[in-house]
Amino acid sequence: MRSVAWPRKARIVLSLLFLVLTAFLFLDPAQFITVSLIKTITWPQFTPSLLKFLVTGSLAATGFLLFILLTFLFGRLYCSSVCPLGTLQDIISRLVRLIRPRKPLRFARPRNLLRYSILAVVIIAFLAGTSLLVNFLDPYSNFGRIMANIFRPAVLAGNNTLAGILEKQDVFWLTRTPFKGYQIMSIGFASGFLILLTWMAAVRGRLYCNTVCPVGALLGLFSKASLYRISLDKQLCNSCGQCSKVCKAQCIDVKSREIDYSRCVACFNCLDACPSSGVVYRFAFAHKNTASVIQSETGSARRRTLLKAIAAGTALITSKVFAVRITGGEKPTEIPEERTLVASPPGSLGHEHFNLQCTACHLCVSACPTHVLQPSFLHYGLQGVMQPYMDYHSGFCNFECTVCTEVCPTGALLPVFNEQKKTLQLGVAVFIKENCVVYTDETDCGACSEHCPTKAVDMVLYKNGLTIPEVDDTICVGCGACEYACPTRPYRAIFVEGNRIHKEADKPEHETIVLEESGEDFPF
Amino acid sequence: MKRRDFIVKGISAGLVSGSLAGLGGLPLLTQAAAPSNNYDLVAVRDGEPEVMFDRAIASLGGMSKYVKKGQKVVVKPNIGWDVSPERGGNTNPKLVARIIKHCLDAGASDVYVFDNTCDAWNLCYKNSGIEKAVKDAGGKIVPGNTENYYKSIAIPGGKRLKEAKVHELILNSDVFINVPILKHHSSASISLAMKNLMGIVWDRRFWHRNDLHQCIADLTTWRVPTLNVIDGYRVMLRNGPRGVSEADVVLMKQMIVSSDIVAADAAATLIFGSKPEDIPHIRMAHEMKVGTMDLSKLNINRIKI
Repeated sequence: MRSVAWPRKARIVLSLLFLVLTAFLFLDPAQFITVSLIKTITWPQFTPSLLKFLVTGSLAATGFLLFILLTFLFGRLYCSSVCPLGTLQDIISRLVRLIRPRKPLRFARPRNLLRYSILAVVIIAFLAGTSLLVNFLDPYSNFGRIMANIFRPAVLAGNNTLAGILEKQDVFWLTRTPFKGYQIMSIGFASGFLILLTWMAAVRGRLYCNTVCPVGALLGLFSKASLYRISLDKQLCNSCGQCSKVCKAQCIDVKSREIDYSRCVACFNCLDACPSSGVVYRFAFAHKNTASVIQSETGSARRRTLLKAIAAGTALITSKVFAVRITGGEKPTEIPEERTLVASPPGSLGHEHFNLQCTACHLCVSACPTHVLQPSFLHYGLQGVMQPYMDYHSGFCNFECTVCTEVCPTGALLPVFNEQKKTLQLGVAVFIKENCVVYTDETDCGACSEHCPTKAVDMVLYKNGLTIPEVDDTICVGCGACEYACPTRPYRAIFVEGNRIHKEADKPEHETIVLEESGEDFPF
Repeated sequence: MKRRDFIVKGISAGLVSGSLAGLGGLPLLTQAAAPSNNYDLVAVRDGEPEVMFDRAIASLGGMSKYVKKGQKVVVKPNIGWDVSPERGGNTNPKLVARIIKHCLDAGASDVYVFDNTCDAWNLCYKNSGIEKAVKDAGGKIVPGNTENYYKSIAIPGGKRLKEAKVHELILNSDVFINVPILKHHSSASISLAMKNLMGIVWDRRFWHRNDLHQCIADLTTWRVPTLNVIDGYRVMLRNGPRGVSEADVVLMKQMIVSSDIVAADAAATLIFGSKPEDIPHIRMAHEMKVGTMDLSKLNINRIKI
């Protein structure tokens, strides 16, 4: 009797489907994917869904609940099929073995102390007010960063080359998307992570999932007691060890014929591999040794103060470091933009909510049509490393656009309706007259006012028929169009000071125009 | 108005209403309305954009005077902003479509349309209604969002702007039709045909940093469009160039068509209610002899529909 192959086949098909779809969200060169499809694809992702549920409590964020339930029923299906980082590891492991065959895997002891300590620290840190560790360790977000920071530039290069070739044939179906503002920190982190992951996957299969990954550790607690599970049939199994060789979780102990269910990622390789049908996947009454769920304590006030101090310090340093930029040959401006706070993206409510909720997956960075959303370094302080911020030197926030607020899977950005967005104040423009072309060169410019969607930056009479910008901060929405368009270097003459908590701006109002009839048909 | 003009116009008007009856008899119109005048500039008012353009181009001798069989045409409207046509921030899509149709009827092999936008380019193309209008009319809408499209040119006649990177379509096409919209502009006072040429270059930052008006005038010394069609149908009278709401826009139903970019701008400036000599870049281009802002010396056809 041959073993059961279909569960493994189904798992492979499903996992590839999730991998390809999720990867495409981050690689999509020309916004082929609609917002609703993006939401559907990210819905089952565990950490984003859990975080979003904590904020909204809505049905739209119950993907994680489904997978807790499924884990309890069937084992870690999330880890086997849905988690894109899991599948990526499988592919890496496979490729490495194709290139250089190595000894098959075998049973290894769990590193439970390390594993549950990491989970506990991640939860404690989150409750203490920082999502930094979630950000560093969450599998979905790391996958997103690998795609958005390493693979996306390559895809865009390919896309742009292909677009160029098509254009030569007079076909303008594919359009070019420029590279913009990739941040060294995010590229570095994603690359380092990928290298580490490659090594772990090559040497030890799903080591990351069963030692480092907080989602893996958490779901492991449920899979320990799952109702359907793999087991070695005492009658049929002859301890040949074939199952153990294909077990990427290294959780089958052939000698004792026991399986560490907390580490089993439900890949079903063993079902297929067993020559004697000794590995079975069947209903079992849950064991009584359910692990005690780690109770996380709330962080102390001291910890919080310490984190805030680090944050403030790093924010101060970076505002200086990032202010230096090259000039284009003209007389350089001298007054730095003294920005104390960057603006957080629309829908983020403000820095605190955003920094806590965002896992820096960079989906919004990939989806933003104007490229204003860029991964930060220390712009928010240490706790916000790699979280996107409004980089007004890279682009500006399109007045009518709400894409980022719609695609965010973690609830860091909450939906903003179009009319709301038009008065949503992310920050306020600050004018530095001494840097302004009108002041230094006494020539017309007005690039800032030109781009301003509310005319919060308006041109007022200056001298000799010249006009100079003036900011009305009651109607300014902090979109950064003025800062982006300002032509002075290295420092701009206008910049946006972020609002720590987003505000509502007034609506711009103007009287209706009454035209006087001149009486003549043509004035010439 | 001379009596002969009146007769010519009377004929073309009759034909226009005939074509509007649903026959779309454009080639007939352009042939029938052969000009007996060489107008320097045509001003039309009180019609729909398509009708005004039909009348204007007919009185100039038809599109076949500018577009020969098999030629490549580039039409450059203003598509700078992510706003609807009602906001008057971008050229009227109906006008763009009509121009394309005239070009194709005159035998153009291809008609391309692009702009280097200010807001996100794909949103501008879509929400201005121009992308769809171009495709429906048989033209090709082309992106201008990356530097690859722009090639370096030298501007020997420029005072501040000595070189620029210009969209390859401008360099590769036989005919260049410039189709700006008449509107207020917070930087350049008013945005017209000369200002619209900022959308054919890549680096606008340099212009703003190095005397905007002079740079606008400088580029026109390099090359002027074959034809300038200024859309004054919906006119943004304040808060330009983007506009804040529809309250900034007034329905004026005007159009200026001329090969003289300076004259076209001067005429449109007067319609807007300003004086051409008060707009530095118009004055500069006039002084650099790109064209003339002195309308009294021109043969102007004034058409009131």
